[in-house]
Amino acid sequence: METLLSGVAILLQWQVIVALLIGSIGGVIIGALPGVGAAVAIAILLPATFAFEPIVGLTLLLGIYGSSMYGGAIPAILINTPGTAVNALTTYDGYPMTKRGQGHRALSLAYSASFFGGVFAILCLMVLSPVLALVAPHFGSREIFLAALLGIVLVVLAHRGQIFAAGMLAAFGVFLNTVGLEPVKYTRRFTFEQSWLASGVDLIVVVLGLFAISQAFLLLLEKNHAPGNAHVSGNLFAGLKELLGVKRVAAVSSSIGVVMGMVPGTGEFTSQFLSYTYAQKTSKDPEKFGDGSPEGLVASEAANNAVPGAAMIPLLALGIPGEALTAMMLSVFYVHNVIPGPQLFENQMDFVLALYMALILLNVIVLVFLLFSTNLLLKIIQIPTRFLGVMILILAFVGVYSLRNSITDCAIAAGFGVFGLILKRLDLPIVPIILGMVLGGIMETKLRSAMARVKSPLDFIDRPIAAILFSLIVLIVILHLRTLYSEFKNKLRPEPSLPPVDSDHPNQQG
Amino acid sequence: MIAKTLQDMFKRYRRPGDVVFAVLFLAFAVFLLSQLGDQTKVVKRTKWFAQPSLWPTIAVWSMVVFGFLHWLSSALSERISGRWAEVGFWARSFEYVAYFLIYVLLVPQLGYLPSTMLFAVFLTLRAGFRGSGAVGLAALFGFVVTIVFRGFLQVKIPAGAIYEFLPDSVRAFALTYL
Repeated sequence: METLLSGVAILLQWQVIVALLIGSIGGVIIGALPGVGAAVAIAILLPATFAFEPIVGLTLLLGIYGSSMYGGAIPAILINTPGTAVNALTTYDGYPMTKRGQGHRALSLAYSASFFGGVFAILCLMVLSPVLALVAPHFGSREIFLAALLGIVLVVLAHRGQIFAAGMLAAFGVFLNTVGLEPVKYTRRFTFEQSWLASGVDLIVVVLGLFAISQAFLLLLEKNHAPGNAHVSGNLFAGLKELLGVKRVAAVSSSIGVVMGMVPGTGEFTSQFLSYTYAQKTSKDPEKFGDGSPEGLVASEAANNAVPGAAMIPLLALGIPGEALTAMMLSVFYVHNVIPGPQLFENQMDFVLALYMALILLNVIVLVFLLFSTNLLLKIIQIPTRFLGVMILILAFVGVYSLRNSITDCAIAAGFGVFGLILKRLDLPIVPIILGMVLGGIMETKLRSAMARVKSPLDFIDRPIAAILFSLIVLIVILHLRTLYSEFKNKLRPEPSLPPVDSDHPNQQG
Repeated sequence: MIAKTLQDMFKRYRRPGDVVFAVLFLAFAVFLLSQLGDQTKVVKRTKWFAQPSLWPTIAVWSMVVFGFLHWLSSALSERISGRWAEVGFWARSFEYVAYFLIYVLLVPQLGYLPSTMLFAVFLTLRAGFRGSGAVGLAALFGFVVTIVFRGFLQVKIPAGAIYEFLPDSVRAFALTYL
């Protein structure tokens, strides 16, 4: 009880409340702008948050992370353009509903499902917190090493059809982390006698280049377009009542979102895929999926909004980010010398609870804001994409230059901007690079400290959690190889002719 | 049928230029591999897990192996037309890299406010917006960004050298907030 009250006291600081308001409302607007997205906004704001208290900076970034998907549903439903990549599935059922004149119903359902998913995830986490506090101290160096390795394996295998590319990009991330003066033996690694490489490649410079500057270049170079005019009229509160009719789909999808959010390397796409498949298979009207099914819409939105809350678990409990956005947040902790991990749950539970409560409040603020201002947002998002590119490039400069006023950093970030542009054009994943950088560093440190007590290879996995993690890694790799083998066998058989994908629906991976 | 289309939504497709990128990445990885001995050190009386060269070796070898497999899968796949047009698109981004770096060099000289407003207006014109409304909005955006980040959030950006020539009454203000 004392811890809870202390958490409330942290949350009630005026700076935290302002950060929460700016983050959540700003996140909705950013999410609703096709071509921006939470990753770009968080990358830009990251260096600015270093000047704040950790709780203020994290609340601001969490606000953007948690609310962007709410905003992304608006253009997905009304104009068939997902605001963020994870809202692509929302177009699948949301836009057909709009075409039938049920835009307000679709939006209302999407908001309600998002709210349900978001709050459900946080309540699960609050209930789970005592368990986590109990389990987290059992994670020593070797367990954290194995958890980080599991994250790398999962992020590579999660990119089905592009595993080789994801593997080489994750390895590139690990390589980037090794560049510079190595901190234990003080030897130089891949510095090529260049002084500017001695301090290594900064994660934030890479993040800003890959996410923000690349997006600015892409928007400036591609054909200019602006989202069309749209207006929604009708009662947006009705969805809250309608959600009760599909509460089973909402609850299962949110649960899937929670589980997938906790597993490093998986995230929104996998949770949406599993939830949508579940909803379709258990529905009385499976043929309506993809043609304006309220159940499909709820499955998609509840699943993706449950992920941000759950993604904080591996970050807070083990210091292991599961995807790019939590990897960026990890740097906020490091800058303030707050080391996320088992000690955080033991010693600063009030801080953790304050973050959870901030997440609940964020969902309430966003829902209230959206119920009254959807039409205003529809006006705001009509910014031409090239002008958005101008805005992002100018804001990206603040992010990179304010780090240490280095022109070299800006040049490196611009280089990663071009690299990110190429990856985006080729539909290759960026996230493995970021996770490779962060998890590579964790693996290097933890392996060194873990091996000090290990005499034989089996000693490494002689503790229960280490054994479970190791078995999981082996099992996942074996299952993946088995799937590949059965797919290869199926390919040898003649394929039945199948109709092409509906051109109305954009590819989920953007 | 729906399950199939849903699978398609989550699938990634190869795009033109894929093989060019695969070749460039593999060449880069092989170059790093050739430098592995020179650019990392093996320290005596240190166990394998604490060697500074361990993780660069793992990373570079993984880049080479996965890079080779990626190149192989691209090279063996059906050719998609538009490869060189795509490479041309990538090359066009260097124009904006140049603008960005000129802006970076101008900030410590001209000051954050003037250079940001100029850069915003220039990019807006370059992006094809010619109307006075768009140009005005760009200038306003540059102004607001400066005020918010340097004036309000006190983000660490140096004052412009040109501010030294301002009259005493506004110089201190400009040095602190603009």
